[in-house]
Amino acid sequence: MLICDNLVIEQDDFRLTADIAFGAGMIMALIGPSGAGKSTLLAALAGFLSPDAGRVLWQGRDLAPLPPGQRPVSAIFQDNNLFPHLTISQNIGLALRPSLRLSRHERAAVGQVLESVGLAGLADRKPAALSGGQQSRAALGRVLLADRPVVLLDEPFAALGPGLKDEMLDLVKTKLGAAGRTILMVTHDPADAKRIADQAVFVGDGRVTPPVATQTFFDNPSPALIAYLG
Amino acid sequence: MAIPLSPNPPVHLEDRMQHSIYLPLVAGFALCASGTVAQTPVLQVMTYDSFVSEWGPGPAIEAAFEETCGCDLQFIGTGDGAALLARLQLEGPRTEADIVLGLDTNLIAAARETDLFAPHGVDVALDLPITWDDPDFLPFDWGYFAFVGNEGAEAPTSLRALADSDIRIVIQDPRSSTPGLGLLMWVKTAYPDTAADLWADLADNIVTVTPGWSEAYGLFLEGEADAVLSYTTSPAYHLIAEEDDSKVAWAFEEGHYMQVEVAAKVAGTDQPELADQFLAFMVSDAFQSVIPTTNWMYPAVVPEGGLPAGFETLIVPETALLLSPEDAAAIRDVALDEWRNALSQ
Amino acid sequence: MAQRAVAIAPRWPGAAAAALVLVLTIGTLAAVGWRAEWQRGLSPADWAAIRFTITQALVSAGLSVLLAIPVARALARRRFRGRSALITLMGAPFLLPVVVAVIGLLAVFGRGGMVNSGLAWLGLPTITIFGFHGVVLAHVFFNLPLAIRLILQGWLAIPAERFRLAASLNAPVGRLLEWPMLRSVVPGVFLVIFLICLTSFAVALTLGGGPRATTVELAIYQALRFDFDLGRASLLACVQFGLCVLAAAIVWRLSLVDTMGVGLDRVVQRWDLRWPVADYLMIALVAAFLFTPLAMVVWRGVPGLMLLPADVWAAAVRSVIVSAASAVLCVCMALALALRGGTLTAIVGVIPLAASGLVVGTGAFLLVYQFINPAHLALPITILVNATLALPFALRAIGQAVDGIDRNFGRLGASLGLSRWAWVRIVVLPRIRRPLGFGAGLAAALSMGDLGVITLFAGEAQQTLPLAMYRLMGAYRMEAAAGAALVLLVLSFAAFWICDQRGRGDADL
Repeated sequence: MLICDNLVIEQDDFRLTADIAFGAGMIMALIGPSGAGKSTLLAALAGFLSPDAGRVLWQGRDLAPLPPGQRPVSAIFQDNNLFPHLTISQNIGLALRPSLRLSRHERAAVGQVLESVGLAGLADRKPAALSGGQQSRAALGRVLLADRPVVLLDEPFAALGPGLKDEMLDLVKTKLGAAGRTILMVTHDPADAKRIADQAVFVGDGRVTPPVATQTFFDNPSPALIAYLG
Repeated sequence: MAIPLSPNPPVHLEDRMQHSIYLPLVAGFALCASGTVAQTPVLQVMTYDSFVSEWGPGPAIEAAFEETCGCDLQFIGTGDGAALLARLQLEGPRTEADIVLGLDTNLIAAARETDLFAPHGVDVALDLPITWDDPDFLPFDWGYFAFVGNEGAEAPTSLRALADSDIRIVIQDPRSSTPGLGLLMWVKTAYPDTAADLWADLADNIVTVTPGWSEAYGLFLEGEADAVLSYTTSPAYHLIAEEDDSKVAWAFEEGHYMQVEVAAKVAGTDQPELADQFLAFMVSDAFQSVIPTTNWMYPAVVPEGGLPAGFETLIVPETALLLSPEDAAAIRDVALDEWRNALSQ
Repeated sequence: MAQRAVAIAPRWPGAAAAALVLVLTIGTLAAVGWRAEWQRGLSPADWAAIRFTITQALVSAGLSVLLAIPVARALARRRFRGRSALITLMGAPFLLPVVVAVIGLLAVFGRGGMVNSGLAWLGLPTITIFGFHGVVLAHVFFNLPLAIRLILQGWLAIPAERFRLAASLNAPVGRLLEWPMLRSVVPGVFLVIFLICLTSFAVALTLGGGPRATTVELAIYQALRFDFDLGRASLLACVQFGLCVLAAAIVWRLSLVDTMGVGLDRVVQRWDLRWPVADYLMIALVAAFLFTPLAMVVWRGVPGLMLLPADVWAAAVRSVIVSAASAVLCVCMALALALRGGTLTAIVGVIPLAASGLVVGTGAFLLVYQFINPAHLALPITILVNATLALPFALRAIGQAVDGIDRNFGRLGASLGLSRWAWVRIVVLPRIRRPLGFGAGLAAALSMGDLGVITLFAGEAQQTLPLAMYRLMGAYRMEAAAGAALVLLVLSFAAFWICDQRGRGDADL
């Protein structure tokens, strides 16, 4: 269980409160208008922001003392997921060894991941030489290799075309979800949620509602969701 | 008049070092820097930069002295004469120098105030156009300040004539250069009561005022001015080293102010015998014969072989002007104000 | 208020660098003040020096910026063969030792120089370079290249899409895009050049034409050398600091946007390109103004090369070592400060601009002299001081880039759990090669020509190339000195060029 226990985050005149539990091993979609606090919530979970009140708990353990790199959390952001000056295999290898000095065994693991996300043969290219879809695959590959139980996706595929985006979502479900990871995905698009999410959460007016099964979420929309979907 | 110089406060080295966290670090530096520990005694002579340069008297003098002294003669070169005094004032009684060489008469009063020097004890007949009986400071060379211009061009015959002419000259700043200070004294000695007027009339002749002799002389050679404040001996350099007789010094009716360059023994030296030996050597032939064609000044004692060929062509002023160190120090600030006011108009 | 929890770079090296800067600037000033016997305040002549200093710095900085704007604009929107080489070469005067530059300026603007020969040939009255205008001319010569470079970077930092948008709206590019950019960039450029001119020493002294042109730095020199009045020297140094703080405070209010570090090779496609002749004319005129004196230094120096004694070459080797060490130290300090970040760091980074080189030298002498003969430390101290004095430029270049990396990749680095050193090694260093190279080159070149502290410290065996050149002049060897000046020019520029080029090696950033 990933629990937000009376979490309060304040930024300038913006205030976000969350008091909910996300079930382990589920894929959850975070839906809501721009500026409602979706990314802020992810930042707090990942450890980029320290909350003004409340706690974040994973499997009963308070995450507050842990810096981002030591949390059981991987993240993919809207952009800047790859270092442009490093090759694809180096970018992925960072998940195992931040020093980039990989053993032979670890290099083999990188090769396997590259293959599993469909980037075999592109190991030595730099991100600029890859298409948008291939870059997303590389970022997924790194999360796969890091093998942490919680994955946060902050609209990582927003810039991709619909076909490519669906392909990536499926990849998330089969590669990441299948291994029993807890996945939180921010999205604007109900179709994304319906495609892969087990549950959905509405974030609006600085509040986070408890997770509801995706089907129910859209079939019996709350007034706020109706207003958002228009 | 107040002379803005005063003895340095005593510095208690031990007090400061005891509590210093830097001590181990600095000791390490010292070990690295000093390298091999010298067996032979070391005599340190602090002097101005151009004295120790490859073209200055330094190398020849070092070789000659080391032949006889059984010691290691080390020069510490630092800027010009004024910089030399400033460094000495900074270092105070803890200076490592055994001899200070290169002060001139205008700096002697301030140097004497530091109480750092001991009597030289040398008794020798000096070939100076004036009498010299300073117990502490011993001359090693001297010269006359003069304006140096080009052969064949209009040559004024006095400071006054120069001021009344349209001739373009470049001079040095008295606050940063010994020739500049020399000119200040020259004008003040030649015109004790009307120096300010002379400067006012000179102002339109002055192309620029440079920080040091080198810049001024360079500007003159580049053709930026008709003449430059230098020495009567400057043409000798061009004649002897470059076989060029196109540079002449102008003889002025008011007489020429002198520069006498001196050396002195530091009272706190750890090599008093060597220091005495050096001062005696300084007025001997081996030292003095090097001076004319390296420092381009007159030797304080004319060596046995006489002056080098070419020196006989130089002008010899009829009147030598020189203020005593005390008088020079006393009029310095007034003279400087006159100069500054005249040239700031 | 939620705190930003990511502090990914190591912080103690920044603190160490800041401490070093403070010791060498404020600490040396304190050392001089400590030894001073306070006798009297500032004299009327000192106040005159302060007025002159401010006036010439204002005029020099103003003219440099005014001239730089049209040139930067022309360079930003025209593309032609050799443009990139021209931009690099245009940086040369800023890197020149003052003594060398004065030789070149005199050859062009002096009494027997090219301009006056031309005027005489045309039957026009000749001009003189000495006086207030000479000081300004020299300062513009030195600082125009810096102004052009900084403003050009501002221009190139305007995103191409905005020009496209402006073109499609048929909106005036000048008012919509260029004016706001200039308003944010120009105050900073003006400040930097104002500060550089504020501490000017040799230029004013040689070309000023007399005691009217006494700057504060010169007054400090005289207080130290002529009067041995350490109290007045430190008082004047405080005035200099005060002026710099005041100027910085005023400009800070006008906002400061740094843009150093943007690549200069970019040419943004534009749709407002009438009047190409005016642009090219502007570029040609400024190039002539900047390059002719340089060419004269070369022309005069070549015959002197044969006359150079062997120990000048030894001095040149020593200068190269000093310059390389200063450059390394300088970029390390700049990187450490940039990684630490924050306002305090930014202030520390500007302080050396306000420091009086003479007070730094004298203070360092007093500090070191407590423990050891300064002559033993002549070269290490020279390296330290040169690195510190070049720090503001390197920090400007590097700081901006480091901030950008933090903004774009800080979260990624933190979520990967990169250690502090791994972050620096794997992410920061490879990504700041360009500004690092630029900063190192600048530091190396500035250090190569420095004749500040070395004069006070150097003994027999430590002469550097500028000192050797000066000693040649002091021994009537003007022709050989011109040769040494040429060597100095070539070495300074080569040092800059090599570092700058190495920084450009990797293109995919």
